[in-house]
Amino acid sequence: MFKGLIGKKIGMAQIFDENGAAIPVTLIEAGPCYVTQVLTMDKQNYSAVQLGYGEVKPKRLTAGELGHLKRDGLNLPPLRYLREFRTKKIDLNAGDQVTVQVFAVGDRVDVVGMSKGRGFQGGVKRYHFRGGPKTHGQSDRHRAPGSRSSTTTPGRVFKGARGAGHMGNDQVTAQNLKVVLVDPERNVLGVCGSVPGAKGGLLIIREARKA
Amino acid sequence: MEDILKAFEPPVNPNIPELRTGDTVNVQVKIREGNRERIQEFRGTVLFVHNNGANSTFTVRRVASNGIGVERTFLTRSPRIAKVIVERHNKIRRSRLYFLRERTGKSARLKQKFN
Repeated sequence: MFKGLIGKKIGMAQIFDENGAAIPVTLIEAGPCYVTQVLTMDKQNYSAVQLGYGEVKPKRLTAGELGHLKRDGLNLPPLRYLREFRTKKIDLNAGDQVTVQVFAVGDRVDVVGMSKGRGFQGGVKRYHFRGGPKTHGQSDRHRAPGSRSSTTTPGRVFKGARGAGHMGNDQVTAQNLKVVLVDPERNVLGVCGSVPGAKGGLLIIREARKA
Repeated sequence: MEDILKAFEPPVNPNIPELRTGDTVNVQVKIREGNRERIQEFRGTVLFVHNNGANSTFTVRRVASNGIGVERTFLTRSPRIAKVIVERHNKIRRSRLYFLRERTGKSARLKQKFN
């Protein structure tokens, strides 16, 4: 069966399991999602399911986006987020609803999100450079990156060399998280451990690749 | 969003009264041995209370045999805590009683507060 959802991070909480052990959980408001398109080997040359999430006012979408949701007799609400899930096991049709109930307690999932943006950061914070010595007459060298390359040969800095730059706001996947809580009434999913991004950030939940 | 977080908080244990730093307490902890469940007591002084909503904790110190101090931190909302009995309130002048760790015997006593 296809398992995948789009959701929003609510925040973290602490709950207790049946043995009384405290477990850190991230609560995710996930779904209800709609299947907006089924992509097949024959037509698109790859097979995937496109899900839509997040109902908005119709005027927030372009006519093209609205048309995509109303084509071929589909009558889906205006949805803000559309994401594709690559899968070989397609047992859904366009227009179907997907809720948190596709996941059960004990399942393993991957959660994909955008990490919090940190802005332009130095090498010490971004790549754990050690910085310079704190004492022995050093000035202005405490968080310096040191040498970036060699001498006349090669005479330049290699592409991809680590250094200061924009940090965060990258796509990050938290792999193999255990589902500890499924609440179909509130459309809430709880996974053990932390998840990338800020509260309210968009998350994609799919079956764990390396379960 | 906050409301959803609130909805998943573990319930408050009605058998835990309001604890204050310096209280002499008897914490009754449920212990599972195989299939049997029994209650273990932990008696001591509340060193400090960490109030943080659903994640609140309190730390109890007791002096075990041979004068070895044992500190245990309990999660206030843990279902493993059956009951907490406050045996007496003590007169204290600070909120965290770290100084008790260095003291033994008579100097580690606290004066009882009556009210």
